[in-house]
Amino acid sequence: MIEVSDLCKAFASGKQKVVAVDRITFSCRPGQIFGLLGANGAGKTTTLRMLATLLQPTGGSAHIGGFDVSREGPKVRRQVGFLSTATALYGRLTAAEMVLYFGRLQGLEEEELREKAEGLFSRLGIDSFRDRRCESCSTGMKQKISIARALIHDPPVMIFDEPTLGLDVMAARQIIRFIRECRDAGKTVLFSTHVMSEVEKLCDRVAIIHGGRICANGSLPELRDHYGETDLEEIFVKVVGEAGVSSAEVEDFG
Amino acid sequence: MAKRRKSAFGVVYRKELLDSLRDRRALISMIVVPLVLMPLLLLGIGGLGFTLAERADAEVVDVMVLGGETMPDLLQRMDNLATVRLIAPSDDYRQRIADKQLQAVLKLPGNFAEALVEGKALALTIYTYDGEPRSATAVRRLELFLEDFRIAMARERLRREGLPETLVEPFQIKRENVAPPERVTGALLGGLLPYILIMLCITGAIYPAMDLTAGEKERGTMETLLSSPVSRTTLVLGKFLVVFTFSAVTALLAIAALGGSFWVAVSFLQATGALIELALSPMAIVGFFILLLPVAALFSAILLALSLFARTFREAQTYVSPLMILAVLPAGVALMPGVELTSAVVLVPVLNISLIGRDLLSGIYDWGYILAILLSSSLYAALALWLAVRLFHREEVVFRG
Repeated sequence: MIEVSDLCKAFASGKQKVVAVDRITFSCRPGQIFGLLGANGAGKTTTLRMLATLLQPTGGSAHIGGFDVSREGPKVRRQVGFLSTATALYGRLTAAEMVLYFGRLQGLEEEELREKAEGLFSRLGIDSFRDRRCESCSTGMKQKISIARALIHDPPVMIFDEPTLGLDVMAARQIIRFIRECRDAGKTVLFSTHVMSEVEKLCDRVAIIHGGRICANGSLPELRDHYGETDLEEIFVKVVGEAGVSSAEVEDFG
Repeated sequence: MAKRRKSAFGVVYRKELLDSLRDRRALISMIVVPLVLMPLLLLGIGGLGFTLAERADAEVVDVMVLGGETMPDLLQRMDNLATVRLIAPSDDYRQRIADKQLQAVLKLPGNFAEALVEGKALALTIYTYDGEPRSATAVRRLELFLEDFRIAMARERLRREGLPETLVEPFQIKRENVAPPERVTGALLGGLLPYILIMLCITGAIYPAMDLTAGEKERGTMETLLSSPVSRTTLVLGKFLVVFTFSAVTALLAIAALGGSFWVAVSFLQATGALIELALSPMAIVGFFILLLPVAALFSAILLALSLFARTFREAQTYVSPLMILAVLPAGVALMPGVELTSAVVLVPVLNISLIGRDLLSGIYDWGYILAILLSSSLYAALALWLAVRLFHREEVVFRG
């Protein structure tokens, strides 16, 4: 469902060209959680923004549900639910208004939209604060609204950019549970993080990204097997360390 | 069951409008500012000027006459003036004028009475505090008084010589206004009103423009919005129309408040029996509002583009302030005497609308100019909007930071 091939992104920074993402290749399948693991500045956000068609790639290609992210932006965005720490809510809209607005932006018909929204509100427990303005909602409530916002068009692909960043334990657990539910519903799930434990808890496959490049890509057992370590943090340090010295050889398994 | 799918543009417009209407700052600048500012300007400042002028007329000034001992007649007459108080002569008069204890001093030559009889040419001196309003009032009154005194004296002499008194005043001057009331209004208010309305078009648009762009970036909703399938062009056009709505409604409310205040002012002037006659034609007001619309669109688009570039609300404010000054400058030029609407300036944005505003309020309709201004303003607005749309497609602008 997500096919990424030699994807590149270079920014002009003053007179210099900065390569944020350098020829990355991976694919994610329905019913699987794919984790993009990397430190801050590794290129995770840039990659996910390209897949969500917020940024234009400068090289390579990526397809979501068969649509080209460079040329078929609107079609890609209909396939994708995008959730990141940067995707905030409109403070002056109520929870219900927020979710309905994004449903309409997705082009849903009114009857279908109402039905879907009602379903999400009761499933996520939004009913009790549906008419409260987002600005006066607690972090936990906001999160539920954000989830409903990303799910309103029932997208087959979910992309999460560091969704637990800055959240407390309970809120983070809620997100983790939600990501699992997406997988169990047969969606293709791609998420980025720098938290090892999240990858261990969730991911069917993981790619370690460093300096804009994918240095290792495989299932957890495959990575453990190859690097002779059980602890993901040790594997990560090894992969990143190697990438730092030699020019990064992509270790692709499976 | 009929399937209802709302147009993306309408969806965006309605949401942005609702969002902005819930923004107290935007509401205040759209509703409160014009409804308070207009009556305040027209009635408040006009009324204040009126009251101050009245008070200045009734104000008593202190005047000293030096060398008046030989002229008891003159002193007596001056003492009869209700608004002049005679102060006993003293040597420290210069200091007292400087200290504002005294408003003016009239110095008569020592041989004044004799010289008058002999018919010699004489010079009188008035000591003043230049630039001090009360001193100026005292001088004006002294001069008027002396003028009357001089004429009375001349008449007296002519009578003694057996000559006709009209020799001293061969003719009299009478002033009469022949301009129609709306032209008088145009001349009095025509410069200021367009200027204020143009300013209000900007102030009404500023908050929604900044809020819907830089504000979205700052609060992190821009990324949420861009992850929806709606095209960026639709998004920016929806935002633009909301900003334009605020700008136009601000102008409309200002015009309504203006009409109301004007009516109150005219009733007041009539009640007080003022000699000035004013008139404001509804057609001129409606016409000016229509001409103002493309200017409101121009400002809305520029404000949108500028604040789109900013990362935060605060940064947007620093970009917007110079625009205020830049936009007000041409409107200010129109306030200067002698600046008229000619083919040389008809295409200068903002200036042209200020000048045509004065013409319209004066009841002058030059359709060629009106059309040229309408078309050129619309063209400028379209260009600015095109720029805003282009900017919204640039990721280094939208994701700047």
